[in-house]
Amino acid sequence: MKTPAPFEYERATSVDGAIATLQRLGPDARVIAGGHSLLPMMKLRLAQPKHLVDINDLNELSYIRAQNGEIWIGALTRHVDLLRSELLAEHFPVFRDAEEVIADPVVRNRGTIGGSLCQADAAEDLSAVCSAVKAKVVIRGADGERVVSMNDFHVGPYMTAVGDGELLTEVRIPVRSGGSSAHEKVERRAGDWAIAAASAAVWIEDGAIADVGIALSSVGLTTIHLTRAEEQLRGKGPTAELFAEAGEIASEDCSPMPDGRGPVDYKRHLAGVLTTRALSRARKRALNQEA
Amino acid sequence: MNVSISINGEQVSREVEPRQLLVHFIRETPELTGTHWGCDTSNCGACVVLMDGEAVKSCTVLAAMAVGHEIRTVESLEVDGQLDPVQQGFHEHHALQCGFCTPGMQMTARALLDENPNPTEAEIRIAISGGICRCTGYKNIVAAIRWAADHETTATQGV
Repeated sequence: MKTPAPFEYERATSVDGAIATLQRLGPDARVIAGGHSLLPMMKLRLAQPKHLVDINDLNELSYIRAQNGEIWIGALTRHVDLLRSELLAEHFPVFRDAEEVIADPVVRNRGTIGGSLCQADAAEDLSAVCSAVKAKVVIRGADGERVVSMNDFHVGPYMTAVGDGELLTEVRIPVRSGGSSAHEKVERRAGDWAIAAASAAVWIEDGAIADVGIALSSVGLTTIHLTRAEEQLRGKGPTAELFAEAGEIASEDCSPMPDGRGPVDYKRHLAGVLTTRALSRARKRALNQEA
Repeated sequence: MNVSISINGEQVSREVEPRQLLVHFIRETPELTGTHWGCDTSNCGACVVLMDGEAVKSCTVLAAMAVGHEIRTVESLEVDGQLDPVQQGFHEHHALQCGFCTPGMQMTARALLDENPNPTEAEIRIAISGGICRCTGYKNIVAAIRWAADHETTATQGV
């Protein structure tokens, strides 16, 4: 039987209350939402928090809405709601692509976007998705909120910018015209972690790439943000040749580890192919050539 | 801590450690061992129960997290000797061999049909993709769920 180490359990009844509790308990406390990353880690004793603060009752953190030219997603929004959101699919279809292949429908009933991002596992799809669409996250503490970019949010493997006594409350994605996005993933079987996955977003203006975001899952210790490939693409025409070049850069700039899912050369190859495919699909969608 | 959970319409209260998992809380309740405890890693789906009508893997939910929610287990499907169409479908289509995955498969199917009474085969396959059957494969399970959908529709139309 896999059982977590003992801990104290508290259920938060408000966001401020949760933050006050986290502040009081300090580094020994962890927030639990869906629990589908944290509880397995606790069963393996890879995580042994002394206190769990359950935020599942904080319905005010579960929403997807358009606001101030951005899409705002509450941290407690579950995978199933991200999958089914028409608003999100309209502006950022990359979410639907990813959600269709994240774990399985039963797990998706519980897991949350905030939990996925805070887990900061390089194999997790939503971190790459949020990097590609240039999302920002809102971190709230007793002294107020701060908004940080995905690059500043993930500070290392399983490490985020969320400090003691703080809570990730929201994900914000700026909506810009002429853009679309896609996620491509290869997995060994339904519901498995990716062998490799690529998220891409492109914004096209006057026939050229005004901006682009590309990020990879499962091919490094952290989510790989392909800044070199992005620089290569900006300002140029969105051609198949250019996207193939971006794929080559992806193969070079990732740093996969060999494991049961495959050797390094295979994963590098896959990262490249998936990057090219994700860019192509994002471009087709941006030009309304594909749903 | 004292945990009190509504399981199949009855309030079950017990003193447990906060680390008690929902699957064990359910199974340690007299006569509720129908929910199976399988992989313990939220992969196999044998432990699926309904929480407020939604399928969840009870090995990855703390009992304490289920307080205030309605839990339904496989024991709730049969009412007064009348099998749920999902159970009857499993019978008609021989959708089990060893039976280990069956409670999870049936509760997952129940949640699917409650939300989508007329699923396609593809939708059924996606819905049960979080459950693993190591005996027979999935063909008969899919046929059983489809049978249940057909017979629920007939029943509803008759009303």
